[in-house]
Amino acid sequence: MDQRFGLDRSITLAGDFPLAGGGVLPELTIAYETYGTLAADAGNAILICHALTLDQYVASAHPRTGKPGWWTRLVGPGKPVDPARHFIICANVLGGCMGSSGPTSIDPRDGQPFAMRFPVITISDMVAAQARLLDHLGIARLAAVIGGSMGGMQALTWAVNHADRVERVVAIATAARHSAQNIAFHEVGRQAIMADPKWRGGAYAADAPPADGLAVARMAAHITYLSEAGLTEKFGRRLQNRDSVSFGFDADFQVESYLRHQGLSFVERFDANSYLYITRAMDYFDLAEPFGGNLARAFAATRSRFCLVSFTSDWLYPTAESRRIVKALNAAGAPVSFVELESPFGHDAFLLDAPEMNRVVHGFLAA
Amino acid sequence: MTPTPLRSDLAAVAAAVPDGARVLDIGCGDGGLLAWLRDTKGVEGRGIELDAGKVAAAVGRGLAVVQGDADTDLADYPDAAFDVVILSNTLQAMQRPADVLAQLVRIGRRAVVSFPNFGHWRVRLGLLLGGRMPVTRSLPVSWHETPNIHFCTIADFEALTAEMGLTVERAAGLAAGVEQSLWPNLLADTGVFLLRR
Repeated sequence: MDQRFGLDRSITLAGDFPLAGGGVLPELTIAYETYGTLAADAGNAILICHALTLDQYVASAHPRTGKPGWWTRLVGPGKPVDPARHFIICANVLGGCMGSSGPTSIDPRDGQPFAMRFPVITISDMVAAQARLLDHLGIARLAAVIGGSMGGMQALTWAVNHADRVERVVAIATAARHSAQNIAFHEVGRQAIMADPKWRGGAYAADAPPADGLAVARMAAHITYLSEAGLTEKFGRRLQNRDSVSFGFDADFQVESYLRHQGLSFVERFDANSYLYITRAMDYFDLAEPFGGNLARAFAATRSRFCLVSFTSDWLYPTAESRRIVKALNAAGAPVSFVELESPFGHDAFLLDAPEMNRVVHGFLAA
Repeated sequence: MTPTPLRSDLAAVAAAVPDGARVLDIGCGDGGLLAWLRDTKGVEGRGIELDAGKVAAAVGRGLAVVQGDADTDLADYPDAAFDVVILSNTLQAMQRPADVLAQLVRIGRRAVVSFPNFGHWRVRLGLLLGGRMPVTRSLPVSWHETPNIHFCTIADFEALTAEMGLTVERAAGLAAGVEQSLWPNLLADTGVFLLRR
């Protein structure tokens, strides 16, 4: 059994890992999982890229929450991405808090956690780290890279930065840049964390994190993952375990109680500094920026085939952002498929039951 | 796997596509024509389709299809990006058919356009005798429900191509799928044109 493959793997690659922002990591650790068997020609490898607060546990139970993998609707036996056919890799992003190098990691130079001494990272850096992992696994070329939301940003970046290493790109509910509104919401979250006295400039102890600030950040962000119609349908103005409002500041409304619960459960599994670094990486993301703002030029060298999916009620990364990417790919002459699917569930739709999305991804991967 | 035979009007369109061509099918539906062209002629096909369900079906059969609107999205494609651009049975649903035609011959070296012939005798007779907008085999939906907003006859279409200075390489009228060389504007239910700039 090759120790590089399987569940709950981790690799530390010695030597400097230079970053787009000018910083350097003295070493690079990547926590990852693989599913399925790598073909003799290594031609069946599919990389799954995760979103902001997700992790490498795409198709196996989360070690802290015990919940099933976060994308078992798409990845698993009998699904479009199937370990019976594909060799599936999912790695915790650079900057993450589930085992890959991030602010919670120990700086080998002084034995202390990096905290805010961790260099600022970008989506390109996350992808460069994944490329180093693929080198380690002996995979020269991916049959596909698939991601939703921030995972989609990584998938698109793969096609631009490593044009010869990706055959197919599936980018779901995503954008080629962060909009002013995207940045604005992230800034609210970061300020909530940094305003928590327990944050202490990032130098908090592991057992005394700025949980209140991180919970508020999550609550604000969670609203952006849903839709107005979805919230109305799920909660309306219904009250939580009471017949009338309390004329106080308890969680009178079900929607308040729900958000508080989302915030509290999030702090159990996520690190506040990681949240700062990863949201910053997303805010800095603009695929066209190094190409004079011309997205078509960013894709000029790509040899990948592309599949983009958006959802009608997603206002975080709305369909117009996907169309902008499609337009650029068409101008670059790259083969692209795109569909906007009907869903009332907002941005989160890509993680929920979406039979048409599965059909599209299955057909795209099979061709 | 033997490809399913094509509908007769599509067969006439397909006949104009050379082997191995780069093809864009506008209003490609669930990708039936593109899949046939790929499987039997080895074309490199792309499609545009308005309906999300049909796009999903087409991508599900391994085709590169973009959900979009020909009235607005063709401008995004570079000049001469395709050997052949196909607009089958879709022209009459366009907001600005002449603009779409101009885009077709810009992004394709050749364009194949098929459309229901509003000059067909059944249409003329229906209007003449019944006094009602015609509902026929090739125009099956009532006037208030049809997506078809710009009807034309084969003669009208010829006049438009002349007005736009387009070269008609081939023009045919089909009656129930069979080429109708006698009085096509009266006897053909479908017009098929091969155009270039």
